[in-house]
Amino acid sequence: MKTQNEQFGMPNCLNVISKPSLFCPGCGESMILKHLGCVIDHEKLQSKITLAIDIGCTLLSWNYFNFDIIQTHHGRSVPVSVGYKMANNKRLVIALMGDGGAYAIGLQSLLHASFRNDPILAIVINNTEYSMTGGQMAPTSLPGEITSTSPLGKNASIFGPAFHGPELVKQVSGSKSFIARATVSNPTMMETVMTKAINTQLGGNFSMVEILSICPTNWKTDAKESFDFLSKLEKIYPVGEIVKKEKNEK
Amino acid sequence: MPRRSFRRYNTLIVCIRRLLSENKFITGNEAVVLGAIEGGAEMFFGYPITPATEILEGWIKTATEDKSLQYLQAEDEIASGFATIGAILAGKKAFTATAGVGHILMQDPISMAENERLPFVGIIAQRGGPSTGTVIYSQQEVNLAALGGNGDGLRIVYSASNVAECFGLSSKIFSTAWKYNFPTFMLTDGYLGKQKISTELKKPLKPYPSRKILKEDFSNPTHIRNCYGSEPEFAKVLQRNISDYKYLIDKVAESENYKVSGATDVILAHGSVASAAKSAVDNLRADGHKVGLIRPITLRPLDTKSIRSQIKNAKRIFIIESAFEQFARLLVYVLPEVASKMIKIFKPAVGFTAEEIYKIVKEQK
Repeated sequence: MKTQNEQFGMPNCLNVISKPSLFCPGCGESMILKHLGCVIDHEKLQSKITLAIDIGCTLLSWNYFNFDIIQTHHGRSVPVSVGYKMANNKRLVIALMGDGGAYAIGLQSLLHASFRNDPILAIVINNTEYSMTGGQMAPTSLPGEITSTSPLGKNASIFGPAFHGPELVKQVSGSKSFIARATVSNPTMMETVMTKAINTQLGGNFSMVEILSICPTNWKTDAKESFDFLSKLEKIYPVGEIVKKEKNEK
Repeated sequence: MPRRSFRRYNTLIVCIRRLLSENKFITGNEAVVLGAIEGGAEMFFGYPITPATEILEGWIKTATEDKSLQYLQAEDEIASGFATIGAILAGKKAFTATAGVGHILMQDPISMAENERLPFVGIIAQRGGPSTGTVIYSQQEVNLAALGGNGDGLRIVYSASNVAECFGLSSKIFSTAWKYNFPTFMLTDGYLGKQKISTELKKPLKPYPSRKILKEDFSNPTHIRNCYGSEPEFAKVLQRNISDYKYLIDKVAESENYKVSGATDVILAHGSVASAAKSAVDNLRADGHKVGLIRPITLRPLDTKSIRSQIKNAKRIFIIESAFEQFARLLVYVLPEVASKMIKIFKPAVGFTAEEIYKIVKEQK
């Protein structure tokens, strides 16, 4: 017999109280959380997971699942996860954050967690902007992208090009780490990558998954336009496992 | 009591004292590490900064011998504070030590701990400020420890005045934090941390136990947040926190009264300054000067009830601190009657000798 959650096509580890979802209609984050829940159900890990979340839109998931969730500050879910995992290495610890938290305010902690090979999983939702505050430019904004703080389009010569976070983090990571990029347009691949990342942590190593996501509210796009912009992102930010660049490679 | 049984009785007392205390030749920062372990500390997260660095080094040295102790030298104070919180959520007695500009960065995690009522424990080895200031001494981190962050300062702050107290309070702060669930700090300074003296360390009380804050029960999950959707909803949380804080004041606040009985002049000082003031009081009393010292051991909350009754007959109250108005402001808000009798001796970033305090009190018209 199907559980109540399954009847609605939702993973069992999802907390029904958190519905209706606090996310905007069409938000990519609720898709990501749903698939994360599916992976956790499939791998039978509900009893083992602890989730640390940033602020920004990720804070809206503070009671999304039926396992322990701690809401932290912007860019701080990584160090909280590191301390928690050190204290309790039997738990599977996931840090969930946006691209601003990961690559701007919290980059130092993310890089060092990777550098130390801390056995945590960092999930970074990349929608190229700060969404909770109304769509400001982020390191990940594409050159020319219009946001509320780049009204004429992001000037790459001043603000830098599109920020490739996983590629940077991979450069300082250990050989057994797993770092990949996925996209909400390909849920099967997203689940595969999440599963692999969780297994990497089970093996005692650092893992990170960046997921390209959509933000129709701040992008001011309809369904079709949202996915059109997402496919543009997928061309600039290639999905799949990230491989370390060798030093002599130009 | 016949002489023989008196001797036996004396031997018994000495034996008990030896069991409950020991003499050690030790620095203040070494005493902090030993005290924390007595208080049940299991994990330390930190980042090097003078004059707190020896606590990080001392903990790591101890941890290389005792494998049950864990540590991480993090990438900065923000990370060490948040990682401390991570370990606390898992039920470990974790702590950090910092100073000056590191203490400023630490306000990010501490404000989260204050919001989420987490038993965060920190040692603040005060140095001169603002900014990088000087590296060894001041009493200028009182405001930041007591009232820092973007909240109302629901924190507990102790101030240690000698090496033995570095040990005792460093143990006690863990029990206070885990019992009342507010961020708890011990203020020291570099002179206190780096001086090496022979002192008696009293065995502290049995520590209050820690517990898992994230309970790992998915059928009844723990969801902790620090962000609320509506102002009335958050106001309710804060009201509850404030009433919990008011409840603990009588239980936590403490102060020491030294030769205050019959004193018309009272010195109010904390930390290292109070140590110097104590010697000054001895010398002034020897001269027949009716002076005493009130030394708050907790700066927040202050031991208002006791201090109020002790200053009742004082004609003059000397507030002496190595800061400009920091301790004085905490004091005058809860004890407004101090204001009319107050003689302010403020020297930001500079220490006081006993001779200097003797002179100040003696020559004050």
